[in-house]
Amino acid sequence: MVAAMKMRAGRDDTCDTGVHAAIWRALAGVVDPEIPAVSIVELGIVRDVAHAANEWIVTVTPTYSGCPATRIIESDIRAALAELGETVRVVTALAPAWTTDWIAPEGRQKLREAGIAPPHPTTHAGSPNAQPITFGQPRPAVRCPNCGSLKTVELARFGSTACKAQYRCGDCLEPFDLFKSH
Amino acid sequence: MTGSAPATLDAARFEYLLRLADNGLVLAQRLGEWVGKGPVLEEDIASTNVGLDLLGQARLWLAYAGEVEAAGGSPLRGEDDLAYFRDSADFRNLLLVEQPNGNYADTIARQFLFDQWHVLLLGQLTLSRDERIAGIAAKAVKEVRYHVERSADWVVRLGDGTATSHARMQAAIDAVWMYTGEMFSVDATERVLIDAGIAADTSALQPTWQSSVQSVLDEATIVIPADPFMQGTRSRGGKQGVHTEHLARMLAEMQVLPRSYPDARW
Repeated sequence: MVAAMKMRAGRDDTCDTGVHAAIWRALAGVVDPEIPAVSIVELGIVRDVAHAANEWIVTVTPTYSGCPATRIIESDIRAALAELGETVRVVTALAPAWTTDWIAPEGRQKLREAGIAPPHPTTHAGSPNAQPITFGQPRPAVRCPNCGSLKTVELARFGSTACKAQYRCGDCLEPFDLFKSH
Repeated sequence: MTGSAPATLDAARFEYLLRLADNGLVLAQRLGEWVGKGPVLEEDIASTNVGLDLLGQARLWLAYAGEVEAAGGSPLRGEDDLAYFRDSADFRNLLLVEQPNGNYADTIARQFLFDQWHVLLLGQLTLSRDERIAGIAAKAVKEVRYHVERSADWVVRLGDGTATSHARMQAAIDAVWMYTGEMFSVDATERVLIDAGIAADTSALQPTWQSSVQSVLDEATIVIPADPFMQGTRSRGGKQGVHTEHLARMLAEMQVLPRSYPDARW
């Protein structure tokens, strides 16, 4: 994500790159209220920061259509950017649709540290994103974020939020969430 | 195909968006009725999460419907106006999704038959010439793939389970099967939109749906009812606003607060 920030900053040579970087830094401090271990930048929710006609436009994309965190995230972004003294507009873009493949490596590590198994790549054969949908296929092995064991079982396809499934580790016996591939 | 098409393409588009929206809105409300009463905690959470996805999708469709209607010169109706201040005859959802929850097999049968159709429909709509429809569909289809995985799983677990769960699953499929024909019945409204590359031709999705449903039901040891009668086809179903008695009762509960206190704010 740092590389992406530099790339965007470098490309955008018509405006103040200092402000541009400050906006990205401020956004990196906004967390997902339901998964406070990771920032919205690490989750890939922030798609772009651009300058246009006397204002900065921050483009975000919702994770799930019904995610109750979406509106809170938008107001948290406004609050974080208000301190910069710049005119900032938050725009929501639906397409292209958010995917867990956009979660940055640092974000995946932080999920693991928070006890949440990070998502498999969506290209995985067992992913529901694969077409056609097939039932009864073996699902990819999930590593326990607590002890690293692969002896884990799914308890339910939906967990504490729509984006997670519930698992239990057969070795350390701890229940945990899997961030579903999306 | 029967019935007459709306006067303009945008009038048809508005009707179509209501159909998409109301399926999600009504089914989400039904699933919400299970909150705190699910058979096990995990299922309580799962059905609520599915409902939440559907409600989120319904909001996107409704917001767009309101904008399309307003572009035709009507006052702008937002998503809440459309959700809370229309009566049952103005709803355009399928008869299937308004059916009562019943026991858990009834809920799962309704969900599975809908999910299997929904995922195919959304897959087609990602190709819509209307970019907004294609964008919402591309987002929603990822969510619905998880819905159908779960509901298919439960059809098999209950159908191929105990003698009691099997009997209930079979009775549940028998009870709602007659509402599935409406999903593939294309009326004049849909026809003009299909011809314009905006809507999906659901009649063409029927064979794929049937074979997917059949393979899951086979594994669940459940048989498809022999009676070919289908309710709500020939332009006399939920998509045209002709509903079963269950919808109005459900809406009474869903709409009572905003109708009693129209300016209420959280």
